[in-house]
Amino acid sequence: MTGVESRPARASFREATARRRLAAVLDPGSFREILPPSERVTSPHLAALDQPVAFDDGAIVGEGLLGGQKVFAAAQEGAFLGGAVGEVHGAKLAGLLSRAERERPAGVLLLLDSGGVRLQEANAGLLAVSEVMRAVLSARSSGVPVVALIGGGWGCFGGMGIVARCCDAVAMSEEGRLGITGPEVLETTKGVEELDASDRALVWRTYGGKHRYLLGEADRLVEDDVAAFRAAALDLLGRRREVGLGALDAAHRRLAARLFELGACADATEVWARAGVPEPARLPVLEVGEFLRAVASARRGEP
Amino acid sequence: MTASEILASLFPAGHSVREEGGLLAGTGGAPGAEVAVLGTALGLEVGVESALALAAGVLDVIRLHPGRPILALLDSRGQRMSRRDEVLGLNGYLAHLAEAVEVARRAGHRVIALVYGEASSGSALALGFMADEVHAVPGARLSVMNLPAMARVTKIPLERLEEASRASPVLAPGLEPYVRLGGVESVWRPPLAEALAAALARPAGPDRRAARGEERGGRLLARPVADRVRGGPAR
Repeated sequence: MTGVESRPARASFREATARRRLAAVLDPGSFREILPPSERVTSPHLAALDQPVAFDDGAIVGEGLLGGQKVFAAAQEGAFLGGAVGEVHGAKLAGLLSRAERERPAGVLLLLDSGGVRLQEANAGLLAVSEVMRAVLSARSSGVPVVALIGGGWGCFGGMGIVARCCDAVAMSEEGRLGITGPEVLETTKGVEELDASDRALVWRTYGGKHRYLLGEADRLVEDDVAAFRAAALDLLGRRREVGLGALDAAHRRLAARLFELGACADATEVWARAGVPEPARLPVLEVGEFLRAVASARRGEP
Repeated sequence: MTASEILASLFPAGHSVREEGGLLAGTGGAPGAEVAVLGTALGLEVGVESALALAAGVLDVIRLHPGRPILALLDSRGQRMSRRDEVLGLNGYLAHLAEAVEVARRAGHRVIALVYGEASSGSALALGFMADEVHAVPGARLSVMNLPAMARVTKIPLERLEEASRASPVLAPGLEPYVRLGGVESVWRPPLAEALAAALARPAGPDRRAARGEERGGRLLARPVADRVRGGPAR
């Protein structure tokens, strides 16, 4: 892949490494990594299982500029254990969010690409995800916005799917899937009749960005293009959800209305039809621009 | 222990907590010193409806009873795993529940979680682990996944995982591993009312789980790595 730094050529966010995603989303050359691989802070739990380690434990954290404003950013590297969260990986994310409370950047960007808890250090990973959730909510409460960008090959699943929705805003590509119980786990646990993980169309329409945008779970739907994610990050940086009773009440009404209106739907296409989308069966084939126009009146959630 | 045994031991002076469809709701304690109780029973797998109902319970306490402490009782095998729950966005419902608990704590409600059965994955994250303090009774079992399932997913032989979990608390489900990792602050033994009173008397503090995991030798890197990234110790 070439041309990440240059504007006109479209560069896939999904195909890029975590470091390339950070370099392309932030202002060119502005990213400064904290605890870079040269520090060799690795997982203490993988050696016992003869598993390889990574010198960044699959989490890259640091600071940079976005449109000239100082921001903090973290990216999960899907190529290392599917971006899964272990003790060190999670501590880096939680530490960055906590640093944001102290240094008060214009925002924190989380480039999420993760299957969830790293099973090789399951219990420590679960606690780490919990600490990340708490750190996101704490940063937001202190007035620092947190924005999730989801467009990697592993999607955003397990506890990280909860973390994403704990953020102020979420931008996704159609390919960037979001949920809690991912397709493979669902098929393994409940059987292929519950969900056939090899049925790509079914997986995309259940977890993909278009469905999440329509539900209001994603605030922006973008092309699989690093420049589009950068534009969405700039756009969403100023978007804050208050951490308080008023915002909770509003969210509660929205979630209750979703169950009331759409709770009988077992498949995303039924949701789209019931939500009033014209020609719902066509949604998966529409380009992002066409899609946004087609669902404008049917979309739930905030503008 | 069953929910009713736990409740009887927690509130010898009586309580109004009822179980319906695996959800617990009510109050316990003496007039003037009431504790709001909510949670799950019978291993309930928390789906979209129950996550929303639990969040509604938290919101009601914040709105109607400012400052009233909240006790979250947990016996849950995790989030409900179904296509419908994913289609409707269960992750968002669980995040909403987590945020409700966060708002309650910030509004001055003490939130104590007590694991009296199972606690696992999504529901543990959204309810139990959002509390100021997490405690458990003997026999409680916290987990991500059992070892046979873990062996299938990771393709690591089961015997290998069993061997590794004898040396390290990070793999096997249980109570003791989560105590060592700092996720469970203490184990409560009867009479539970005394332990609850002591917890409610303590002031709320910051999230000390990583520091506790280090002190107990279960998680030696979580605290120092977070501190190094933060650029100093937590306030």
